[in-house]
Amino acid sequence: MTAAPLVSVRGLTIGATTDAGRKVKIIKGVDFDIAPGEIVALIGESGSGKTTIALSLMGHTRTGCEITGGTIRLGDDDITAMDERARSGLRGTAVSYVPQSAAAAFNPSQRIMQQVIEISAIHKLMPRPEAEKKAVELFRALALPDPETIGHRYPHQVSGGQLQRLSAAMALIGDPQLVIFDEPTTALDVTTQIEVLRAFKSVMEKGGMAGVYVSHDLAVVAQIADRIIVLKGGEIQEVGTTQQILDAPAHPYTQELLAAFEPVPHELAQIEHRPHERPILEIQHLYAGYGPVRNGEPQLKILKDVNFKLQRGRNLGVIGESGSGKSTLARAIAGIVPAYRGNILFDGREQHLSLADRSKDDLRRAQMVFQLADTALNPAQSIEKILGRPLYFYHGMNSRQREARVIELLDMVRLPAALRHRLPGELSGGQKQRINLARALAAEPELILCDEITSALDTVVAAAILDLLKELQRELNLSYLFISHDLSTVESICDDVLVMYKGEVVEALPAAQMSRDASHGYSRLLISSVPQLDTGWLAGLEQDPELVAAFSDR
Amino acid sequence: MPASLTPYFLIAQRLGVALITLVIVSFAVFFATELLPGDVAEILLGQAATPEAVAGLREAMGLNQPGIYRFLHWFVGLASGDLGTSYVNNMPVADLISGRLANSLKLAGVTTLFAVPIALSLGIGAAMWRGSIFDRLVSVLTISVISVPEFMVATLAVLIFAVWLGWLPALSYGADVGSWSAMLKAYAMPVITLGFVVSAQMIRMTRAAVIETINTPYVEMALLKGASRSRMVLRHALPNALGPIANAVALSLSYLVGGVIIVETIFNYPGVAKLMVDAVSTRDLPLIQSCAMIFCISYLSLITLADMIAILANPRLRH
Repeated sequence: MTAAPLVSVRGLTIGATTDAGRKVKIIKGVDFDIAPGEIVALIGESGSGKTTIALSLMGHTRTGCEITGGTIRLGDDDITAMDERARSGLRGTAVSYVPQSAAAAFNPSQRIMQQVIEISAIHKLMPRPEAEKKAVELFRALALPDPETIGHRYPHQVSGGQLQRLSAAMALIGDPQLVIFDEPTTALDVTTQIEVLRAFKSVMEKGGMAGVYVSHDLAVVAQIADRIIVLKGGEIQEVGTTQQILDAPAHPYTQELLAAFEPVPHELAQIEHRPHERPILEIQHLYAGYGPVRNGEPQLKILKDVNFKLQRGRNLGVIGESGSGKSTLARAIAGIVPAYRGNILFDGREQHLSLADRSKDDLRRAQMVFQLADTALNPAQSIEKILGRPLYFYHGMNSRQREARVIELLDMVRLPAALRHRLPGELSGGQKQRINLARALAAEPELILCDEITSALDTVVAAAILDLLKELQRELNLSYLFISHDLSTVESICDDVLVMYKGEVVEALPAAQMSRDASHGYSRLLISSVPQLDTGWLAGLEQDPELVAAFSDR
Repeated sequence: MPASLTPYFLIAQRLGVALITLVIVSFAVFFATELLPGDVAEILLGQAATPEAVAGLREAMGLNQPGIYRFLHWFVGLASGDLGTSYVNNMPVADLISGRLANSLKLAGVTTLFAVPIALSLGIGAAMWRGSIFDRLVSVLTISVISVPEFMVATLAVLIFAVWLGWLPALSYGADVGSWSAMLKAYAMPVITLGFVVSAQMIRMTRAAVIETINTPYVEMALLKGASRSRMVLRHALPNALGPIANAVALSLSYLVGGVIIVETIFNYPGVAKLMVDAVSTRDLPLIQSCAMIFCISYLSLITLADMIAILANPRLRH
């Protein structure tokens, strides 16, 4: 890099004021440069400050935060020395932003075109017809369907993957020198992610723009970035070219991040397989759905003819994209969304389809752990109270017994006993998910339905939760039904896998041979879409266009 | 159903619900007034009346018929525009009310004309410059206005503007309203008092609704596109806050028809609220019922209108 850098950040510190009025430093002196046309990835777990740094390049800090020191130069401009008005002059023209969730970043009450060309209207770059023409060209370059007319629609009328590409068009309309991508594919399904990544990559290469790509996903970053900056706790841990970071990570934290990525093959359950034993869970011809029930069938039918058996002590993974009916399956088994047809057999005994009709003992045997501990745990109750309720409900324990058992449960999920007096809001994301799990364990279940329980967690934290699940399984002889959209997670904990697509099980296969044996078209598409830790993966990826057309909502 | 028809379907549904509510309320109003203590015939004839006279009057007024029959009779009359005859002075209730209602609506209309634009701009402005001196000033003022009872505001206004300064007439009704300036003068004090009462809530709700949308990612996105603060608020936040704002405005305005008894009394303004209180003291059931129905209709139509605005402002329902 001989040319003068486009962006140069020196000694950047950003402070935040907490709700209690305490001042904390969240970015503690960060230096880096970005050359013109270079794409730099900021990678790290939540709370590492990656989004904060990226936004500060636009001179923006979120409420409560403030740039307290250092300089940020963009070209000839010193962003840190500018006032708000001068900064807003740069936003959209010199540096622009692609948001994490385009679905939330588009104003629901305006047409897409109006929002895409808003930058040109704000900065008076070009007359409206010209801007619209340019937008249509960008739509075409981003491989959007119906480029001529898609702009006339409202945001809720297009799919998530399309919105994400439209948000890139919105960022590129003002020909910026630098584009900031803030986890732009995190909210997308893997099969959609590929197309979006490809579109981003090609327009960035064509335009010769520099980019900052914020992500927690090393495999995604490997496809698009030239250089990677690894962040933790508001400090840079390591900087290197993408290949360097992947091949020879120097910093222990980077190594940890990479290790969390290594697929840990799940050793098959040691319990010998006895074919005559009753399965712990058997599902026969299950149909379920939502909405008003007419003639015994709900208006919106989700699950169609689902069948499977889960043997005691084994784990069954359920994979599929959003909308495939994975969560509905867990809810139907738990009886929260009563199935309208079919049989649920638990340990050979037929269960009532609705939660309300099941006996307390049947309820106890199958417990569900929800995806978001934040919404599953009552924020106004102490951990002791949250865990104490199932103890009283299922086992009728008095307060002394409950306290002893709560301490035991916390120990089972590897949390200190003193935590029981705290409120959920005072715990970290990983700790909350452990409490969520302990709440299920309190009932002393035989089967646990895990609905995307690691999806909201950072890679390293999620790996620890998976280890905990395995330990608990050995100690308590549990069986898990494990729902996830993340194939490597499923691979590392499950014995068998069901692939779901549009409410149907399209394929059932052993987890260990998932990538090799998958024969159904959709399973193959899904498995081949998972990004690999290899810089050439996306470029070299060839997917059968017919498969893509048949199963993907691009 | 095609998507474009959904909002009309929803609006028709709201109107249907409003009509059903009206029927239920009329039922409640009729039987609640029946429960008022005292027998109409006895009250009308005074304490010296003989039991025979009372019985005769009850018969003549149809009070001996079963309640449900009288309700149906009254309801059919109501639906066809016949509000019945006052027990007290034998005049048609419609005649008694019409003049008063016009007065009330005039006062409510003038107040709306002033209060709504001012309240909305203050609320939006406070949200736009949240945390500024202006915002804090507006917040403190609205809270103090909410906590001061309206008779206090009204009395103070009379004391200052009519008694001490002599700028405005103390009584609004019957004052010379020949010219614009005279009319403004006559209405100034009741309008100011009512405006204070109804604006405070509107300002607070508008501010809260706009702030809620300002905190959404699409408004942050607008900021990152280089939009000015006013563009962020007026173009991006406000259109998405219309539903809650319309509801807050409707709730506040519904107070202007039925809830203004104190202001009507202090300024001796002959509106419907005062008429109803008088009717209660004389046990004039047909008049009470009609007034109650008028309050209910005005409240329902405002709320239904706000619902319709909220439906039409939502592009998910429109397209």
